[in-house]
Amino acid sequence: MIRSVSLEGLTLMRGDRVLVDGFDLSVAAGEAVVLTGPNGAGKTSLLRAVAGLIRPVAGRIAIASDAGGPIEDAIASDAHLVGHQDGLKSARLAWDEVLFQVLWSGGSAGSAKTACEQLGLSGILALTVRKLSAGQRRRLALVRLVASPRSLWLLDEPLAPLDRAQRAGFGALMQAHLARGGLILAAAHDPLPVESRAVELAA
Amino acid sequence: MFPALANPARFMAFSRWAAPLLGVIAIGLLAIGLALDFRAPPDYQQGYAVHIMFIHVPAAWMSLVVYACLGGASFISLVFRHPLAQAAARAAAPLGAGVTLLALVTGSLWGKTTWGAWWVWGDPRLTSVLVLFLFYLGYLALDASLDDEARAAPATSILALVGLVNLPIVHFSVTWWRSLHQASSVFRADGPSMPAIYLAPLLTMALAYMAGFGALWLVRIRAEVWRRRAQVRAVRAAG
Amino acid sequence: MNPFIAILRRELAVSWAGGGGPLVAIGFFIALTSLAPLALGGDPVRLAEAAPGIAWLVLALASLISLERMFERDFEDGALDLIALGPAPLELAAFVKAIAQWATTQAPLALVAPLLMVALGAPWRLAPVALAAALAGGFGFAFLGGVGAALSLGSRRGGVLIALLVLPLFTPPVIFGAGAIEAFAAHLDWRTPLLLLAAYALAAAALCPFAMAAAARNALS
Repeated sequence: MIRSVSLEGLTLMRGDRVLVDGFDLSVAAGEAVVLTGPNGAGKTSLLRAVAGLIRPVAGRIAIASDAGGPIEDAIASDAHLVGHQDGLKSARLAWDEVLFQVLWSGGSAGSAKTACEQLGLSGILALTVRKLSAGQRRRLALVRLVASPRSLWLLDEPLAPLDRAQRAGFGALMQAHLARGGLILAAAHDPLPVESRAVELAA
Repeated sequence: MFPALANPARFMAFSRWAAPLLGVIAIGLLAIGLALDFRAPPDYQQGYAVHIMFIHVPAAWMSLVVYACLGGASFISLVFRHPLAQAAARAAAPLGAGVTLLALVTGSLWGKTTWGAWWVWGDPRLTSVLVLFLFYLGYLALDASLDDEARAAPATSILALVGLVNLPIVHFSVTWWRSLHQASSVFRADGPSMPAIYLAPLLTMALAYMAGFGALWLVRIRAEVWRRRAQVRAVRAAG
Repeated sequence: MNPFIAILRRELAVSWAGGGGPLVAIGFFIALTSLAPLALGGDPVRLAEAAPGIAWLVLALASLISLERMFERDFEDGALDLIALGPAPLELAAFVKAIAQWATTQAPLALVAPLLMVALGAPWRLAPVALAAALAGGFGFAFLGGVGAALSLGSRRGGVLIALLVLPLFTPPVIFGAGAIEAFAAHLDWRTPLLLLAAYALAAAALCPFAMAAAARNALS
């Protein structure tokens, strides 16, 4: 269980351009934080840095976890990163793709099925990914959040193609996650369907 | 705050006097080497072709030395993420490619004058040097085609190390291949041999090449440092 | 289900289905081999002598097909992020990708290679050695090719760049593989080159995943 995430004086660069400079943030268990700001402000890079994909130039990322051990292990085993791309192969069946994503993140076939039902996707599982709408693909990408429970959710524009009812539905799932002591750090233009603290990233 | 080349000041101060010094040494040694070369008698077997060896053999040695430098700098760049090491690796690559090309061309000339053929596949050394040349080309091509400099550094470093590990294997395989084909080979492909009487000019030339490489390498690294500094300043000025 | 099995199944499915699967590589192999007699003059004796070499050269070239897509597919649609944050290290995923590449490109080519060699005039008795050599050599091609593919992620040139990076590295397997067949044909020691080829293939399989993963991590950063 990850208890908290704190960024101290974090500086990220892309080539010679400073994306984020001396950024401080902390997220505690049961909290949802939304990063807002214009495109190119570094929201995606910040999420990827917490996920361990980007190495910060300065500052540190501190993760307090029950398991102890190095940060990379805590992230790899207890954090989800859902980027603004879906990671779904268009030529494959929806069920095959979502099953892989769930299995790879520590879930099981059974939990994948249940999660699909909760997100209202049971009907489209037999279709090829290519035939799905943007909203359906996005919900497929979110299945693993529900099917493979992990403490930290790093979400990049998670609900963009979803309609209001679908957002509300997912909001309930987010609420349940927070109630269990989970953490959410998201980048979004629109407000999240759960109570959250907004942090602005200047360009 | 910006990751300008770490500790460049000491390097720049060092190379400021070291580069010209090495250059002077190189020219001096080259002059001595060529003088010794012209004084050396023509080989009874190879005739005047032996003079080509004084250019070719040190060039072939240097092609390996430079690749070792490239590999070493790449290793430091990859493991310690030292930007100066990356600059050193990038600076060495074109020099290595150039000296390897020199080795190939002079080797081909030597083959022509000795055996009447512009290229002999039976010589394992020449073929290994050709593959080494392709390794250099690959490095330069990868460096050129990755626009993001921050990403290009680890990628080219990995490639250099992969090449370094493969180089002895390639040489071994080419040597083995030549042993398989010796029976059918027309040429007594022993490769350029070096009698002892030519050792003095040869070593002089080799040292000249090394000093020359040192000078040019330091100059190129300095240029790279200046380029990055100018870039950082431009970015800062743009706000 | 074991994560290793899960990713292996996915890689096999994606490679097999993507872009015509092994058929494209086999088609390329046949097309190139058909040009060989036209280029070499059609003299049956000369062709038969050159058959193993031609087959190996074309095998190496055909192995380059679909290398570009090996990492790029997942890199482009964000799946590589997911794979990098999974239960297994990226080295394992890279290993699996190369195995899948071998299974869907090099292994089918290896099955076809002896046939094409014979079509060029080589005697049938060379076929078993050719098959063994092509299967082992294909391993080397797949893993080395994977390194090239991972290094070129994010570059502008793609396929041609991978070829330039990877073809010089193919030198040892090409030499040992073709050498094994020719040694067998000339009744010389063929076991040594075949063993050397196998050793090279195993070494490549053991070491290349580290280079592939390092290159992939670099591309993701």
